[in-house]
Amino acid sequence: MELICPAGTPAAFHEAVDAGADAVYCGFRDETNARNFPGLNFSREELKQSIAYAKSRGTQTFVALNTFMRAGAEEIWYKGAADAVASGADALILADFGLMAHVAERYPQQRLHVSVQASASNPDAINFLVDAFNAQRVVLPRTLTIADIARIGKNIRCEMEVFVFGGLCVMAEGRCSLSSYATGKSPNMNGVCSPASHVRYRKDGGELVSELGEFTINRFPAGEAAGYPTLCKGRFDIADSNGYAFEDPVSLDVMGELEALKAAGVKALKIEGRQRGKAYVAEVVSTMKAALNSPPERRAPLLARLRSMSEGQKTTSGAYEKRWR
Amino acid sequence: MQIPPILSAPLHMIPIPLIERICRLMFGRIAKAHPGLFERLDEHREKRFAFLPTDLPLAFVVVPGRQEISVLRKPVDVVADCVTEAPLFLLLALMEGRCDADALFFSRDLSVTGDMEAMLAMRNALDASNIDLQKDLAKLAGPFAPIARRVIGEVRDRALKDQMRPAGEAAAWN
Ligand code: SF4
Repeated sequence: MELICPAGTPAAFHEAVDAGADAVYCGFRDETNARNFPGLNFSREELKQSIAYAKSRGTQTFVALNTFMRAGAEEIWYKGAADAVASGADALILADFGLMAHVAERYPQQRLHVSVQASASNPDAINFLVDAFNAQRVVLPRTLTIADIARIGKNIRCEMEVFVFGGLCVMAEGRCSLSSYATGKSPNMNGVCSPASHVRYRKDGGELVSELGEFTINRFPAGEAAGYPTLCKGRFDIADSNGYAFEDPVSLDVMGELEALKAAGVKALKIEGRQRGKAYVAEVVSTMKAALNSPPERRAPLLARLRSMSEGQKTTSGAYEKRWR
Repeated sequence: MQIPPILSAPLHMIPIPLIERICRLMFGRIAKAHPGLFERLDEHREKRFAFLPTDLPLAFVVVPGRQEISVLRKPVDVVADCVTEAPLFLLLALMEGRCDADALFFSRDLSVTGDMEAMLAMRNALDASNIDLQKDLAKLAGPFAPIARRVIGEVRDRALKDQMRPAGEAAAWN
């Protein structure tokens, strides 16, 4: 299985290539990119240079243009696609059907991957994208179980890529409005969930308080591992109880299920984290690569060290192994 | 790795203008070696970024767009758009992108308050810059550059090794 690794800067891109990534995914420094964070991402020139470096090492580059086009501003996305194709991207990761249609028509030779943001989660939806736009790979939503993935795999005509490690978005992908509700900005339209412009951390006695816009998201007592102020991972007062309503501050880790994913027909494993630093990218990619090359019984100790780099310092297998609480 | 009080204590005596001069020299050297350093900051360039090493009696406030750095003696109420607090070696490791800022934040080794957008832009700008303090600063030592390079390298390796150690196994200073 291929290892698909994140890069938010050219420095992280180099680290990912050097650490053994089979492909690196990245995006432009604008709203075409679902990780449109301040100071992050690639200029046109940086992308060109990074792709050249990757090619020299036999690594592929996937360019994510994975937000939904704004009516009247489609040119921004079309230009992004044109520049990514001209730079030699090995694949474009797209979420918007209009953009998929544009790319399929203008650049029929360009490999097209369906972004997780498109929320294509059943064979009919996926095969429609294959037939209509010649999609060659689908990144599956993180809402599916491994059994679901195996069932889908038997009935589709393209490759499957799944998230195995990193930040966990727990909703039906591309359809969460929590961030929009609280801040007016969403990952689907603006490339940011719970944007930094609306985040505040403050100390209250020994507690660390995280706020998003008008809302208090969490209060971490001294010594407790902290998390991002994403609404889905907030600790809320609900009736008489106080706790995590949707999900704890945790990260995804299904590396323990590699054999099951392989048996389900998964072609590529994706690491989330374009917003993380190059030290994270280097450590996670090299560890995961070593784990992939090790026999199953040797993987757990290798991967254990990654837990300390995860949100809340905890990991979960998320929906892949669904258990209800 | 924390700087022990016995090593940080002399900083109480050294006049602030002298520390400030040394810091400006180092800042200038790094800015010269990495001319595109703050390009990623965009509209945050003129903001005031405060860095408070938890193991030093000093605070540093940087305005990147003006290449300005000021040093204040603690305790002080810093006036800044955003404030980052961590032991000095972690702040330096972050500057070089050798540690992951988010992981340090999750483990509460690092705390950030204030304008998060500016802070994130700064984190990303530093992470993208390939700063290497050993290489960038050793030249300031003139004829002693090779010695300075070795000392900086050794201290850095030791601090990083200490950081990677599992919790509860912190190394002693000597
Ligand atoms: S709030 Fe949570 S579920 Fe919604 S988009 Fe953000 S990370 Fe995903």
